[in-house]
Amino acid sequence: MTILDLLSWLCLTLGGLVGVIGAFGLLRFPDFYSRQHAAGTTDTLCAMLILLGLGLQAGLSLAAFKLAAILLFLIITSPVATHALANAARQSGLKALTSDDTSDDNSGSKP
Amino acid sequence: MRTLLYSLVLLAFWLLLSGHFNNPLLVGLGLGSVLLTVFLAKRMNILDHESFPIQLSPKLPRFSLYLLKEISLSNLDVLRRILSLRKNPISPRVQTLPLPHKTDLGRVLYANAITLTPGTVTLELQGDNIIVHALSKESAASLATGQMAAAIPEVPAYANPAKGSPA
Repeated sequence: MTILDLLSWLCLTLGGLVGVIGAFGLLRFPDFYSRQHAAGTTDTLCAMLILLGLGLQAGLSLAAFKLAAILLFLIITSPVATHALANAARQSGLKALTSDDTSDDNSGSKP
Repeated sequence: MRTLLYSLVLLAFWLLLSGHFNNPLLVGLGLGSVLLTVFLAKRMNILDHESFPIQLSPKLPRFSLYLLKEISLSNLDVLRRILSLRKNPISPRVQTLPLPHKTDLGRVLYANAITLTPGTVTLELQGDNIIVHALSKESAASLATGQMAAAIPEVPAYANPAKGSPA
């Protein structure tokens, strides 16, 4: 087991963990818009970590280039899809849940 | 100039994706498909500063690093809020922020950068304002400082008059 393998598995495991936490947040958060933020972690940090882990396995090869291309296209396309969803929800009149009161006294205790 | 660069990028992309470097027939066919694509792009008139923004390329590496840092930090923040044991770890809100960018490309980059960082999503562009949904008071506040808006690479040479209400 080389150090590269170790790093790669660390990235893959962390990426998987972030994906699971993101799915958990998707269930936990109260409304459509806040759920989008939870889903957002899976298509940024989770995807980045998993692709990085796979890239470390692939080494300096054509496969690594393809993985980088996947990441590039993901980073360009996923915000467009997220914005399209959010904008469609707004256009059709879905009101965002806002809570100014409950959080204010809590957030002071923890930065 | 732009056409030549576009062809070279396409050719390099084709070569790296296929991995055929020394089979003349396959490379020839790849070259043919690149030329066909460039011809179609020219004919459809879609090869311009928006579809192939080479004017931004000197500023891209720094912007990418900045974006990577922002994405990682805001990801950690959202993950912490998901796992938080408090009853109300989030304080979602809708905010209207100023949109300082003059070019359409700068606006698109800014809106997408906001959406790409978890914790904030662009809902709508309205004239010179941008409507944003934020997961928490803190993420809304950090966006309101305008730090991210200032980091967006923009080349004013291509500035076009701001449109009244881009849909």
